[in-house]
Amino acid sequence: MEQILFLFVALVAITGAVYFVFARNPLYAILSLIVVMFSIAGLYILLNAQFLGIVQIIVYAGAIMVLFLYILMMLNLSKEDESKKQNLMKFAGVFSAGLLLISILGAFRGFKVQAVAENVDSSVGLTKNLGRLLFNEYVLPFELASILIFAGIVGAVLIGKKDL
Amino acid sequence: MEGNSFIQVVPLEYFIILCSVLFCLGVLGVLVRKNAIIILGCVELMLNSVNLLLAAFSSYKGDGNGQILVFFIMVVAAAEVAVGLAIIAMMYRNTKSVDISIFNKLRG
Amino acid sequence: MENLVYAIILLPLLGFLINGLFGKNLPKMVVGTLATLVVFVSFCITVSLFLKFDAESQPVIVRAFEWFRISGIQINFGFQIDQLSLMMMMIITGIGSLIHLYSIGYMSHDKGFYKFFTYLNLFIFSMLLLVMGSNYLILFIGWEGVGLCSYLLIGFWYTNKEYGAAARKAFIMNRIGDLGMIIGIFMIASQTNAVDFLSVAENSSKFALDSPIIIFITGSLFIGAMGKSAQIPLFTWLPDAMAGPTPVSALIHAATMVTAGIYLVVRSNFLFSLAPTTMDGILFIGLLTALVAAFIGLRQNDIKKVLAYSTVSQLGFMFVAVGIGAYTTAMFHLMTHAFFKALLFLGSGSVIHAMSDEQDMRLMGGLKKKIPITHITFLIGTLAISGFPFLSGMISKDEILTNAYGKNPIIWVILFAIAAMTAIYMFRAYYLTFHGEFRGTAEQEKHLHESPKTMTIPLIILAGLSVVGGFINLPHFIGHGNYSKLAHWLESIYVYDVELPEVAFGTEMILLGLTVLMFFVVWFIVKNIYVTKKKMALPDEKYSGWERLSNKKLFLDELYNATFVRFIEGLGVGGNMFDKGILNKFSDFIGIGAEDSGRAAKRLQNGNVENYVLIMSLAIGIILIVNFILQ
Repeated sequence: MEQILFLFVALVAITGAVYFVFARNPLYAILSLIVVMFSIAGLYILLNAQFLGIVQIIVYAGAIMVLFLYILMMLNLSKEDESKKQNLMKFAGVFSAGLLLISILGAFRGFKVQAVAENVDSSVGLTKNLGRLLFNEYVLPFELASILIFAGIVGAVLIGKKDL
Repeated sequence: MEGNSFIQVVPLEYFIILCSVLFCLGVLGVLVRKNAIIILGCVELMLNSVNLLLAAFSSYKGDGNGQILVFFIMVVAAAEVAVGLAIIAMMYRNTKSVDISIFNKLRG
Repeated sequence: MENLVYAIILLPLLGFLINGLFGKNLPKMVVGTLATLVVFVSFCITVSLFLKFDAESQPVIVRAFEWFRISGIQINFGFQIDQLSLMMMMIITGIGSLIHLYSIGYMSHDKGFYKFFTYLNLFIFSMLLLVMGSNYLILFIGWEGVGLCSYLLIGFWYTNKEYGAAARKAFIMNRIGDLGMIIGIFMIASQTNAVDFLSVAENSSKFALDSPIIIFITGSLFIGAMGKSAQIPLFTWLPDAMAGPTPVSALIHAATMVTAGIYLVVRSNFLFSLAPTTMDGILFIGLLTALVAAFIGLRQNDIKKVLAYSTVSQLGFMFVAVGIGAYTTAMFHLMTHAFFKALLFLGSGSVIHAMSDEQDMRLMGGLKKKIPITHITFLIGTLAISGFPFLSGMISKDEILTNAYGKNPIIWVILFAIAAMTAIYMFRAYYLTFHGEFRGTAEQEKHLHESPKTMTIPLIILAGLSVVGGFINLPHFIGHGNYSKLAHWLESIYVYDVELPEVAFGTEMILLGLTVLMFFVVWFIVKNIYVTKKKMALPDEKYSGWERLSNKKLFLDELYNATFVRFIEGLGVGGNMFDKGILNKFSDFIGIGAEDSGRAAKRLQNGNVENYVLIMSLAIGIILIVNFILQ
């Protein structure tokens, strides 16, 4: 049952990603990317990483993708007239991406199928547990992350000003 | 719990394959596309695939550190997108286009 | 005693320093007098030392300081005063001071007056260093020093390019000889573990008679002597050295520097006596040189060139004496030759001075009434060198001839012929210059005058010495204890007894008689040709046959030029081509290579972002694959 679920969600993610990479109209591309985000959130839920799933939807699909759409609308690029890229470059791109895929999947050579551990603690993804971990061991990175966001905000505002 | 059964049923290799495909699709997009915004989106795709893999490892191992890392990656990605899109907006304002092939002034 | 020795050698050095540093601002009289005075005082001190010495005195070593040590050999800087060095010192300082006096008058019109005396004093200093040194290294310092001064003085009138070339020729030929000398000194040091004369003499007994090593050492030393004393093949520099002022020719190229080679060989008698093969070689070369030089001298028309070739020929005589083993005879002839050759050169300088710098004898003539003192002294010099009975030249030359007969009668015959040629060319020079009608210009005739006293006094003194100088070593048939004084004096110098061949008394008298007879016959014939028949020397182009060979110096200079000089120049040209063509190209290649590789690398950076990303991802892929393969 879970396998079928997983397969379905994975397929949706891959289809969305493929359409995103090859779409002519950037608006359609961004929309399909949102679909990918949602499917990944679904996979998080399946993995019992509840916190991450929710954050994925809120931050990624809700904030980042919306930002993309804002910029797209502002630039009014609904109709795409992308100049033709050289065939050689396209071929080289496909070749190198394929190379990367093959080399990563080559890790499967000599892979021994491991038995799944019986006593895996699956409550790891719960918010309570994650929170405990975050505020006990990772409190310093947490604070630094807030400074990072602050820097990002300042930077974005500064760059985007009309008159510098 | 259900998570337990999911982990027992779906082998970890499936996740590895899925994430590799998503990652390489992102790489392909960066190499092939010319629209700056789409390229940024491809970068997001790559990041997401890595996030997924990390979360999968974390779940399959029962270790929470992986998911904490995913959390931080999301933070960084958000900040990065914000700044990146501001830059793209600047690009458009100066050249009325977001085609990256016109930005070749730094040549040797 | 030590202070006196230091004074002898340091006084000329002092004169050199004062004249060199301040001479430009001092009045001429001060410069000349100071230079002459320092040499004369050195002479007086030398005489006082001489009076303290007798034939049995031991050599006095004055050690100034320890110079350096090397691999167990301690080398001192010191002076050796013995009979041989005293003899040379007296000649150097005595004739040197006379020539200094002469130069005051001769160079009085020259702008470089103070420079001349500076160089002369430096020369006296170097020459004294050469003969006073207690080891081979100090001798070599002096050797090089006189070579340097010779160069400076030959090229004294440096604005003339030919004179400069002549100076360079002298220096370079000297240098070739010096190489042999250095090799010899190094071999001596390595074989006997010492370089000072007394130690080497002691250790010399370990050399086997005529062993290859001793032949090599003495041969090398002789090569050095060849360069310095102008023997074949290194003699062509001496005639060209006549480019220098006449006092220079008199001092350096007649009386002192050229005799350094003889001094070296006599000083090293403990080495040469052990190498009869080298002695034969010396004999042969000396004989050949004497013959060739005398032949060339027969048809030279520049008065100084005649005297130059005469010097080379007489040096050949001295080396013949050395080669036979008659060291004393060689030193005797060295001394008498110094007297009359210096006299002849100074006399010729006086003639040239009177003739307003004309040197070609064909444009002289009839000068005997106009410059009487010069005439008489020049005549005495000519008689001395040609062998007029009881003059110094005859006695010393006769001793060489007698010893030569004892060695091998053929050598006597050749020397006899050379002596005849000597008389011929000397009398020819004398008659062409002083007799007959005046063949110069009217302008020159107006200026004909006797030289000032500063020039004539040395002439008179030297003439006197040329007459009586022979009496210090009369042959023993004179008897009454007055004979062989010099031989007795120099006895202690010789380490090994050299067996001089005995010549029977009767034979000796016959040889002597033949020589005297030849002298008068030649005198009569030459006088006949040039005075009675008034035959004239031809201009250069009209010579033919043997006369042409003689006049053109046997084409030796041209031969040297075509072989050695062209060869070295060719090497230079080849080296230039190698440097420009190959070495330059090589360094250019590296530079161009760097440039080209930079240009190729530049193409990677074309500014296209897609390109950059593509290359990045390709690289990552390749790295991963390589990683997998390596595992």
